[in-house]
Amino acid sequence: MDPSYDDFDRVVSEYDVIVLGGGPAGLTAGIYLGRAKFKTLIIDTGTAGGQMILSYHVANYPGVEETSGASIAKTMRKQAQSFGCEILTQSKVAAMQLEGERKSVEVVGKGVFTSKVVIIASGGVPRTLGLASEKRLQGRGVSYCATCDGDFFTDMEIVAIGGGNSALEEAVALTAYASKVTIIHEFDHFQAEPWIVEEAKKNPKVHFLMHQEIQDFIGEKKLEKVVCTHKTSGEVTEVLAAGCFVFIGYVPKTDAFSGMVKLDERGQIITDERLATSVPGVFAAGDCRVKRYRQITTAVADGSIAAMAAIEELNQS
Amino acid sequence: MLDTNLAHCESDQEFQDLINKHENVMLCCGRMGPMCLPVYDIMETVGPDYDAVKFSDMDFDGAAASNVRQLAEVQGFMGLPFTVYFKNGQVVEATSSIQDVDQVKSILDKHFK
Repeated sequence: MDPSYDDFDRVVSEYDVIVLGGGPAGLTAGIYLGRAKFKTLIIDTGTAGGQMILSYHVANYPGVEETSGASIAKTMRKQAQSFGCEILTQSKVAAMQLEGERKSVEVVGKGVFTSKVVIIASGGVPRTLGLASEKRLQGRGVSYCATCDGDFFTDMEIVAIGGGNSALEEAVALTAYASKVTIIHEFDHFQAEPWIVEEAKKNPKVHFLMHQEIQDFIGEKKLEKVVCTHKTSGEVTEVLAAGCFVFIGYVPKTDAFSGMVKLDERGQIITDERLATSVPGVFAAGDCRVKRYRQITTAVADGSIAAMAAIEELNQS
Repeated sequence: MLDTNLAHCESDQEFQDLINKHENVMLCCGRMGPMCLPVYDIMETVGPDYDAVKFSDMDFDGAAASNVRQLAEVQGFMGLPFTVYFKNGQVVEATSSIQDVDQVKSILDKHFK
């Protein structure tokens, strides 16, 4: 990103608000802003819905007994568009200028968009181990979605990496397919809630390797084994595995905003109660900002708060 | 049937027609799952930029899926979706699991532009 970007000769369209990110926070902001008759553009680098579409079953979204994240995303998108909000997906941001009264965002192949207010709702992305072999074997044994790919590993031995609720819940769920699931975790204790730890420990198909660092994934055309070392003794263990599911949390997708708005040491955007960032006219909502709880409902709440704060600011200007 | 705006390939005959009647084909075989939806969305978004390519989806659990599952190029694939690119009826590239827009466009540009 070039913070000095200031080429207004190529302006394509002016908006009241640009929302960067089309997950539950961004789409909710779009619904509120569109309904309030503010010209709003949502720009997403991927698919509208964000991490919400990773949830196959959502049973705790108030007012909806049971649905999928993808279904909520589709409805939210339609709802935002019905209020006049425009949505650009699969769009790469080439340059951004967030300072000053007029903000600008250049999107590759689409042009330059300007607005008085920007809401950052860039969300988070699943954390990866960052190994070259992990990337090479994705879809060939390495996976991030048990519900999607679990049945490929019927009667096979697999590994689940992580120690939080997701890792243990998914590891237990994977025993419906796999003959053996070895949970490999970096610490000597779990971060998951005690009930799910107990459930995993009671399952005869689940085995544990604690205090380990993953070194490599071995396999040419498909995964064959996972190599890890004990973090204290240095002992190397090779675990035979046809599959490896990685559940090591999420990181905020805020690299593009580094140096533009204030971030904390984890790269999360710092906001006040109105979700205003350190830059006037720029708000942040959802998983990209500093917050304790990350749920679809909390992202939706953030989106509505940021939109209402933006409306207040636009009405005052 | 998959809930997308793409053309659906649902039978053996439709599969044969798809790869034999179109010079360039991108076929995504998956479910309505988290790793598959982004690929369908990419196909819908970039489709208008590639007039010479026929974009289609296929239900991984549907009647026509064996046509994709048995391809030599997808053996070893362990992640949905299976995305296969055909030129003149022959597979020129195949990918497993989620892809981003740059990865898809680079394959489309490499084989179909």
